[in-house]
Order: sequence, then C-alpha cells, then structure tokens
Amino acid sequence: MPPANRPTRAHRASRTVFRILPLGDAALTIEFGNEINSEINSRVVAFATTVFDQHWQGIHDIVPTYRSVTVHFDPLQWDSATLAKRLKALPRREPDQAEPPGILHEIPVLYGGEWGQDLEEVATFAGLQPAEAIALHASVLYRVYMLGFSPGFPYLGLVPGQLAMPRRATPRTKVPAGSVGIADRQTGIYPTATPGGWQIIGRTPISLYRKTRTNTFLLKPGDRVRFKPIVRDEFDQLSRETET
Amino acid sequence: MTELQPAEILVVKGGWLTTVQDLGRYGHQHDGVSVSGAMDSFSTIVANRLVGNPDQAAVLELTLKGPELQFQQDTVVAITGADLSPTIDGHNAPTWECILIPRGSRLHFGLPRAGARAYLAIAGGFKALPVMGSRSTHWESETGGLRGRPLKQGDVLVGGKSEPLTTQQIGTTLPAPLCPRYERSVALRIILGPQGDFFLKKSITTLTGSFYTVSPQSNRMGYRLTGPKISPKGSTPFISDGTATGALQIPPDGQPILLMADRQTTGGYPKIAVVVSADLPLAAQLAPGDRIRFVLCTVAHAQRLLRMQRAQLDAELPPRKSLTS
Repeated sequence: MPPANRPTRAHRASRTVFRILPLGDAALTIEFGNEINSEINSRVVAFATTVFDQHWQGIHDIVPTYRSVTVHFDPLQWDSATLAKRLKALPRREPDQAEPPGILHEIPVLYGGEWGQDLEEVATFAGLQPAEAIALHASVLYRVYMLGFSPGFPYLGLVPGQLAMPRRATPRTKVPAGSVGIADRQTGIYPTATPGGWQIIGRTPISLYRKTRTNTFLLKPGDRVRFKPIVRDEFDQLSRETET
Repeated sequence: MTELQPAEILVVKGGWLTTVQDLGRYGHQHDGVSVSGAMDSFSTIVANRLVGNPDQAAVLELTLKGPELQFQQDTVVAITGADLSPTIDGHNAPTWECILIPRGSRLHFGLPRAGARAYLAIAGGFKALPVMGSRSTHWESETGGLRGRPLKQGDVLVGGKSEPLTTQQIGTTLPAPLCPRYERSVALRIILGPQGDFFLKKSITTLTGSFYTVSPQSNRMGYRLTGPKISPKGSTPFISDGTATGALQIPPDGQPILLMADRQTTGGYPKIAVVVSADLPLAAQLAPGDRIRFVLCTVAHAQRLLRMQRAQLDAELPPRKSLTS
C-alpha cells in the first residue's frame, strides 16, 4: 500500500491512463500506451500484479506484455462490462512504489560460430567487427518486458539502435534451445527448440525452462538481464552442469 | 450392476493427428505457455457428460482420419463432434450417445463425412500426468498428454477409475436438436477489436462482406484464410500484445489468420476482430477448403449466446461434479 502521507503522488497515481479494449467475449486488453519503454511496462507489471492479487474466481489468465495487460476470463462467470468496472476501480500505484526490484540475472553466452550463425551479418549491419558487436550487445542491462511466443521466452530490451537488425526474411524451421537472438530493438532467448525468425548471435548453456521443477521459468517480467560473453570451454563446462 | 475395470486401449493405428486434450491449460499464459486443450469444447463437454465424467476429464481429439483402437476391457465410451465414420468390429457405431464397447473389440474410423474433429471420451477419463494443471497435449512444446505428442502405433492408453454406476449411462444421448450440423460453409460471429483503429472502415466491410477460405496451411495453432485482402490504415508499427483464441490477426500480406487452441500467448500482428466463444466449436470443425462468412456481433450479445447455449445443454445433460470429490 502507498503511504498515506504522500497525497500528491496518490493524486497523480489515480490519473494513470489506460484504455480497456475488448478482445472478444472472454478477454479484455488494458492498454497503457503504445510504445516500448520501461515506464509503461512498469505500470503494466504493477497492474498485472494488482489484478492477480485479487484472486477473483473465473479469471483464467493475466498476461502482461510490453504496454498492456490481457485478462482472460470465463464468460459464463463474468460479463465484460462488470469486469471492466471492477478493473477501473482497482487501486493504482505509481510504478516506482509498486514494482519490487526485479532479480538481476547474469546469462553466460557463447557468441558467434555455429552457436550464433547470424553474428557476422548483425556485425556487418551495425558496421562493426564481430567482437565489437558482442561487446555492444553485452554492455546493456536489459529489462525483461514480457514472456511470450513459447514457454518461458523472454522479450528483452532495448537493444542499441546500431544492432537493431530486423528479423530474417525467412524464419528458420528449428532454432536450438538456448539461442540468443535479435529482432529490431528486442533481444531474446529461445528456451526450447522452436521455429524462429530472429537473428541468432549466440547460445547460452543454462536452461530457462525446466518442465519438472516447480519454479519452472527462470525469468519474470520486470527482471533484469546482463549477458556475459564466455568461451567454448566455459560453455561446455556449464552445459555439463546444466544436464546434471 | 457391473463394476468396470479401468479401460486399457491399444493403439493399432494412430490416425492423422490424435491427441489427449482437456478444456485447456490456464493460469500460465503469462509465462508464454499456450492454453491448448480441445479445439471444440462443446463436443468435449458433451462427450464427457454422456459417459458421466466431469467436464474437464481428458478425452481424445481425432482429426479427419481417426485412429484404430483395440479395447482390452469392456469400456463405456461416447463419440461426439465430427462424423468420421466410426465402426466397431465393422458395424456402424452411434455418435452423440453413450455406448459400451465390449472387451476385444476394435474401433475404426473411415472417411470424414461432416466436420473435422471428433472427440472420444471414456468413463473415468484418459489417464495422463497433469502438467501445469492440465492433461492437454501441446505438441509444439512437447507438453502434456501422452509424452507431449500425438498417438502412434503401439501406444497403450489407460483410463481412470469410473464410478460403479457408469453402466447406467449407456444409451444416454444428446437430443438431436442440440447436435450441431457441420456444413462446408459457415457464418461465424465476430466482435470488432481490439485493434479496430489500425484498420479503415472499408476493411471491416471487406471482412464482413466476403467469403474467406480455410487454406491447407492450417493447424491447431491457427487457420490461414484466403480471401479479399485486409489492409492496415497506415504504417504504424504494431507492438506485440496478448492474443485470444478466435482472434483474427492481420499479417502484412492482408490474409487473416484465425487463432485457435494452440495459439501463442502473444502476437505481433494487429487483431481486427475475435470470433465469439459460442461459435468457436463450429470453427473447430472446419477443414481446408471450407468457407467462412463473418458476421458482426456485440460483446453483450455474444455472452448471452454462450449462456443460452450452456443452459440448453445443462437442461438436457447436467454437469457431473469431479470424480474425486
């Protein structure tokens, strides 16, 4: 709860603007803005947490994304108008008060070679040597904006503009698990082997998705990620540790 | 009154795409986990109720070309959804009805006569380890069901324990007026949005004034449709956001994609409209080549339609509480 002795902030918070949009008859999308930035995403994460904390019956899923929250509900238990009213009435919090500092993860990555087949192209796109492109990608403290696409796939940002190469024209039919890719100003990690169109620049030996563990997914929206370049020996060593 | 042994079913042929499904894996979309579950929830619920199961029991979803199954025990069964020409030891098997398949019999499926997906429920449900609260198969991520994949030759399916009175269900049917009729051309009701402002009014007129055909590039994730092109208004880039089953995504080529049960949780294309929940079971029964006409509907009306549909079903086949409670 926000402290009571901060009326100015509370007043500002109550005017946080969002739009509630129908996503069919079994979901609502609550949109906080139309760009990728950490302030909007903080509001998204805070609002998703608030909705989750209500533990309303008949709410199936609460999905935070870059700039909106989609609430999926059972249309036999809720009608959209009632749910929209309840969502509007929820207490709103300033993101800086609401958001617990996300966990900082250091993700080791073996860049280039067979593990990052698009590194050279990305470096050429950026007008850099591959080593410079690696250093630039690894220099940023990234925010986990959302999970989507496949189980545990994190959308991280923002990639420096120089490295922001668009997706491949034709997606690969199989991208190996652990692959680190770039798509425009987003970077991400493929938790499992799936088809994918991102520019693959490296691979992490650590696992983001463990089906058998209770804490199944390593990353959460609001977490921070720093990539740490590693060499082949470290990659092999960490791969063996991950397997056991 | 005979108490039945748990079912044991040998898969002689897997069929084209036969998977274990329930009503879906909810509560994990925020981690990127697809809902999956039966494409046609109405047929799934009816199949379960006919054999005395709770609605969320696991069933088999059969696609166009069904499997061949050998029953090792007397088993109480219901087949609903598409008519895939089921026969038991060469005799036509009734659908939308609770039947007993005697031990040693073979259930075989032939040519699809109407619809695309049939559902097979057994009393006690199919046993499978729940993953994140659901037994549904999501093949793409190899999650749930039978080792995360479709059935294949040599698999053995095991049923849960059914209630002693299950055999009393035999002969129960869904009254004919409630049995859906599957046509090769359907009208699906849609709710506009959420990205209505990405499209011109003209595009909405195009969408509702044309026929769209289900292309061969269609699966449980979604149907690629072909028809008059829908163009976005400007060149505003779209930022990925939450998707829904039934959503009509418009990629740059202007050919809509109708998202279905295995859809990704988020998507990077704007959504012009979403098919109403009451019509999704009909959408699930479409096959490549079938045609769709989209009809506008309001949210309030869509929710009334679904409640009416469910009330009608409840009046004829009331839900059964969980077996374990």
